[in-house]
Amino acid sequence: MQGNGNEELKKKQFLSAQVDLSKFNSAQFEAATDEEKKQQDVMGESTTFFKDGMRRLRKNPLAMASIIILLLIIVTIIVAPHIVPYKYYEIISVDGVRDKSASNLAPFTYSKLETQYMKKTGEKLFPHILGTDSLSRDYFIRVIYGTRVSLSVGIVASVMVLMIGLLYGSIAGYFGGRIDLIMMRIVDIIYSLPDMLIIILLSVVLNQTLAPFIAGTVLESLGTNMISIFIVFGLLYWVSMARLIRGQILTIKNNEYVLAARCIGTKNGRILRRHILPNCLSVIIITTALQVPSAIFTESYLSFLGLGVSAPLTSLGSLANDARAGMQSYPHRLIVPAVTICLIVLALNLLGDGLRDAFDSKLN
Amino acid sequence: MSENEKYLLKVEHLKQYFPVRRGFKTIPLKAVDDISFSVKPGETLGLVGESGCGKTTVGRTLLRLYQPTAGRIVFDGDVLFDSGEQYDENGKVVLGADGKPVIGNKVDVNMLPYRKQMQMVFQDPYSSLNPRMTVEDIIGEPLDVHKLYRSRDERREKILGLMELVGLNAEHAMRYAHEFSGGQRQRIGIARALAVNPKFIVCDEPVSALDVSIQAQVVNMFEELQEKLGVAYLFIAHDLLVVHHISDRIAVMYLGKMMELADADELNENPIHPYTLSLLSAVPIPDPETARKSKRIVLEGDVPSPLNMPTGCPFRTRCRYATEQCAKEMPQLTDRGNGHFVACFNK
Ligand SMILES: Nc1ncnc2c1ncn2[C@@H]1O[C@H](COP(=O)(O)OP(=O)(O)O)[C@@H](O)[C@H]1O
Ligand code: SF4
Ligand SMILES: [Mg+2]
Repeated sequence: MQGNGNEELKKKQFLSAQVDLSKFNSAQFEAATDEEKKQQDVMGESTTFFKDGMRRLRKNPLAMASIIILLLIIVTIIVAPHIVPYKYYEIISVDGVRDKSASNLAPFTYSKLETQYMKKTGEKLFPHILGTDSLSRDYFIRVIYGTRVSLSVGIVASVMVLMIGLLYGSIAGYFGGRIDLIMMRIVDIIYSLPDMLIIILLSVVLNQTLAPFIAGTVLESLGTNMISIFIVFGLLYWVSMARLIRGQILTIKNNEYVLAARCIGTKNGRILRRHILPNCLSVIIITTALQVPSAIFTESYLSFLGLGVSAPLTSLGSLANDARAGMQSYPHRLIVPAVTICLIVLALNLLGDGLRDAFDSKLN
Repeated sequence: MSENEKYLLKVEHLKQYFPVRRGFKTIPLKAVDDISFSVKPGETLGLVGESGCGKTTVGRTLLRLYQPTAGRIVFDGDVLFDSGEQYDENGKVVLGADGKPVIGNKVDVNMLPYRKQMQMVFQDPYSSLNPRMTVEDIIGEPLDVHKLYRSRDERREKILGLMELVGLNAEHAMRYAHEFSGGQRQRIGIARALAVNPKFIVCDEPVSALDVSIQAQVVNMFEELQEKLGVAYLFIAHDLLVVHHISDRIAVMYLGKMMELADADELNENPIHPYTLSLLSAVPIPDPETARKSKRIVLEGDVPSPLNMPTGCPFRTRCRYATEQCAKEMPQLTDRGNGHFVACFNK
């Protein structure tokens, strides 16, 4: 628009009552040089807040490494069950005959029956990458399914926490006053409960009461333990999210730019959309991202205590728990799920931190 | 010329009490208590006072960002707000037969059309700009809200014109506020206020958060803009030097009340109110020789809490001239000639 020259600017002056453009000399409206145009292009690229944040994220090696690790894990747990011919609940059988000798195999070894079968037919059986467990099930595929379960628990629980917390926190934050006071006292009470104790008690109680309800439904395969974990998360862990969101909205509400928007005459809806939500969105996303590893960790912890998913389904925590028995002879069965938990939790935490650094503009 | 046309803005008996919770009780914090003043078209009225005396609240209340507790606000001949109380010549509320104030016509207009006429520049250049918005969108928001353009091109053109007007490089339109220095951010805030072509701007300590070296630049820009655009200012500051430089008239506030109001030079040369005297003696004097000779009036004691205001004159706890009468009633702002108003019994 700088190239249009003075003529057009003068004509448009009738419309632009605010600024008397004739007061600027024409030198300021000279055609931009190529270099200046290039500068405009470069700046034009950074217009969206999202792109700006992504650029910063890409410069963070830890966050990028975490993304790569997480992507590798996700691709593996999606693809592996299609390649590996074993099922997580399936006891190894050769030619339709249960292979009793296939229990507790070491990684990349075959049982006696399998070796005989391969010699006989010349067919190459798919290797047991991590060996088998004490019930003759392929351990690798069990780790894959355990990771699937653990990740889904983390994501579902976090989304539940986000939804409850967002609703509760924004109501308290917006309306303030007495409503806020009462709502926050309730949060304080829930917050002060010893969560692990409540989780364990609730799991035990829910286990018994839920069983008849879910019998025969899809939920049955998840098991009552799993469902009670979700309920417990929904009941207990939203409080810190609600607090956070309320705090965010309260501080943003008091920022002078919200006042400035009101001074301009901006309507409430637009203030919410343009000023309040965009400013707490990144914090909400980041906290949700950080909630995932915490949920995974809790699930593993509960599974380790025997309160996790029901057999034959498994999670990383239950795998580790089962492996305790043969820790001396088969240490890899403990190490593999434990390391996977650590990798996921660490990567998600580092990614969450990276997201915070990249998108929280106050830190820049 | 009628009385209304002489003034762009007239504020009468404005009160702003904030409800504050103390334990289970809610008590009023009298941030602004019965203040009256007027602003002529194109003039600058300076408003000074220690921090916490209610200057910001005056500005925000008269722009109706807070709902006034009581008073009357007239802008450009239109009554924007009137709580209906009537006052006699002595500034006392007219009471009815039942001992309660007589309430006349109440007025509470929709402010949206007036937002185009009255604007505000905020004190904090950091929190007054949305960090998620580009300069273009910040300055463009008032244009969007009041639909002040017909095409994207016109919008952009206006924004760039405003940026040039306040001395910003138009090439930075796509940048975020946090990429700018404090002075530049304040210029963005000024451009946002100017976007609707207002007749009146409340400038709430617009330079006090800035580096001393750039304060003068920004103050000068306010003056230049006034010359170009004919806009009137209510210029708030706690620094008398800055206010004296830019103002035509100066009002001095203490604990929510108006103490003295006079032409800038008159106030500087002939201050009357004991509080103004102490403020003036607190202004640093560049020459150490004169500084030593001049008698400094050091204020004793702290500012009382606005929640626990002294009866009568709020300044009496720190005033050397205080008498019994000062504890009984609040002195009215009276004309001492030449438009020099003072609220004090003994000076
Ligand atoms: N929104 C509010 N709620 C309660 N009290 C307030 C509010 N805004 C200001 N106050 C109080 O009113 C008094 C005057 O504040 P303010 O107008 O910001 O003073 P100044 O701008 O002169 O420093 C202060 O005591 C302050 O604590
Ligand atoms: S009225 Fe009394 S207390 Fe108030 S300033 Fe005057 S002399 Fe001092
Ligand atoms: Mg202030």
